[in-house]
Amino acid sequence: MQKSDYKSRALVNAEQLLPGNQTFTSITNDIAGVPEQKKTPIQWWLLFGLALSLLGVFAGSLGYLIWEGTGIWGINMPVAWGWAIINFVWWVGIGHAGTLISAILHLFRQNWRNAINRFAETMTLFAVICALVFPGIHIGRIWVAYWFFPLPNQMGMWPNFRSPLIWDFFAVFTYFTVSLLFWYTGLIPDLATLRDRAKTSLRKKVYGFFALGWRGGNRQWQHYELAYLVLAGISTPLVLSVHSVVSSDFATSVIPGWHTTIFPPYFVAGAIYSGFGMVMTLSIIARKVYNLGHIITLEHLDKMAQIMLLTGCMVGYAYAMEFFVAWYSGNPYESFAFVNRALGPYWWGYWAMIFCNVVVPQFFWFTKYRRHIPFLFITSILVNIGMWFERFVIVVITLHRDFLPGAWAMYSPTIWDVAIYLGTFGLFFTGFLLFLRFLPMVSIAEAKLVLPESNPHHGDDH
Amino acid sequence: MQIFPKWTNNFPGIFLIGAFLLLFSLSAFIWYYGSPYYTDVGYAPKQPVPYSHKLHAGDLGIDCRYCHVGVEQGYSAVIPPTETCMGCHTYVKTDSDKLELVRQSWETGMPIEWVKVHMLPEYAYFNHSVHVNDGVACITCHGNIAEMEVVYQAEPLSMDWCLDCHRSDSPEVRPVSEVTNMYWTPPADYDKFIASWMVNHADERPVGDCQKCHR
Repeated sequence: MQKSDYKSRALVNAEQLLPGNQTFTSITNDIAGVPEQKKTPIQWWLLFGLALSLLGVFAGSLGYLIWEGTGIWGINMPVAWGWAIINFVWWVGIGHAGTLISAILHLFRQNWRNAINRFAETMTLFAVICALVFPGIHIGRIWVAYWFFPLPNQMGMWPNFRSPLIWDFFAVFTYFTVSLLFWYTGLIPDLATLRDRAKTSLRKKVYGFFALGWRGGNRQWQHYELAYLVLAGISTPLVLSVHSVVSSDFATSVIPGWHTTIFPPYFVAGAIYSGFGMVMTLSIIARKVYNLGHIITLEHLDKMAQIMLLTGCMVGYAYAMEFFVAWYSGNPYESFAFVNRALGPYWWGYWAMIFCNVVVPQFFWFTKYRRHIPFLFITSILVNIGMWFERFVIVVITLHRDFLPGAWAMYSPTIWDVAIYLGTFGLFFTGFLLFLRFLPMVSIAEAKLVLPESNPHHGDDH
Repeated sequence: MQIFPKWTNNFPGIFLIGAFLLLFSLSAFIWYYGSPYYTDVGYAPKQPVPYSHKLHAGDLGIDCRYCHVGVEQGYSAVIPPTETCMGCHTYVKTDSDKLELVRQSWETGMPIEWVKVHMLPEYAYFNHSVHVNDGVACITCHGNIAEMEVVYQAEPLSMDWCLDCHRSDSPEVRPVSEVTNMYWTPPADYDKFIASWMVNHADERPVGDCQKCHR
């Protein structure tokens, strides 16, 4: 019984994760075939056209912002933090699933991640780029953005290391760097595959350059596996640290509703939740457009839905606990801040958040809904709408009524807030679609790991 | 089959060294050539009248405040009007060619268009009187004017340079009576003077508050 356990488990895995009679060759052909297509699918061109137009909106509104200044936004006292920080936190949050899937699930040997980790990592890279746009542009005088960096200068100015905003900057930059390295390291064997299959000299040269001379020998694989493991180890703490640091932008202040210790874990859970939502959205589109339903299977989507259920419940617990603590503290300002969230003038923002983040994922208790693709698609989008509203609740509703009723005011975004937010989608999808077109969207080498051929156990000797 | 020729094996090394050299030389270039130490120090514009500070403040020993009358009362030290020049030059060197423009200005009432040498950005508030009345000497920021034939900018006047003194525990100050003295040397008990100066000015000296200068 125990002896055959390994083999039978591997077989079961393969049956679930890569159904049908798939072999090393068929997997390589299916995945590498996409960037090698002679004719790009029409859906790709449609999406790319849409993405490019949004990128144009982005460039235009950014240009106007730089020309005119942040006065074109809806921010004013007391809501001095508007859509820019909401969008920043939202995009960084989305970027979180990347490392979780690549690093933590790798360390836990969850091999169902192999079909989606490339996706998730790429999504992370572009999401973090979109996020980093906002700290860059919100300063108004964008030409002095280099003041963020600890560079010697004639002003004798230096970043204030006691400010969470600078921790944030370093945390997100570290995250981006490590994610990029991780993503690239994972790509190397696949780039070599594409190089070896390339027909034209240009493709050979470009893929060959980035493949860094990979030959796929035994020694190379040994080094590679170790490097990948080390990178996974380095990235693992980042999953927890980055959004914890983002949350300290709020938590280290003394505003009622922000000054709470629950923020770091609550932000991390929310980030993973929204990240999985985005991976789900993207993979459902890509498997449809490129007919990769046999590689990104229902089993994968089911697993992702389970994680969304878990993190959605964690987020719901945090919402409840915030209210409990506000009541339990006996602090009238704290209590008011939370009652104002649910029953104040922005009640719709709060209840939109509760509906999308707490109510909707409850359907995932049932297998039927976890494997229903249109339902999953709509849910995954609702999740990210809900997570956007969560940041709206935290930023706008908290700020618009603080200690002094005389200072209360309402906040509304301008057309430029909306244009820049929509524009970041252009940036994100332009990058992502180019990735789909030119790089293997699923890790060819790792997808094969779940096949029984990858686990040769010679009888009972091994 | 080889895609790349053999010499491309050296790529990583070349790339690393090149990137390092580029980064280093770029930083060094900007750090030095972009700074006011290079761009501003030594700025000596040609003035409409060939006025010599060396002659007046140095050889003749006229006190700075004889002409720059605002320095103890206001934010600006004041460029003297033509009347100040003519106070002496009605009697001295009345026929000098160099004074032709001064006499013209005296007759027409149109001021001489002196060229400003020491420029601060508009967003930096600076007040001469608080510095002079607390013992910051002219020479500390303007250099030894008494030896300048043509006035030039001696110090970078950058924010970093301001903060060097403002953040220092031993700022360059001296007794108020000596602020216009270009040849003052610190006495033996100078450290005691500094210590008491620091105690007396502990509350009013801006050290790190942005809005003290950027109002």
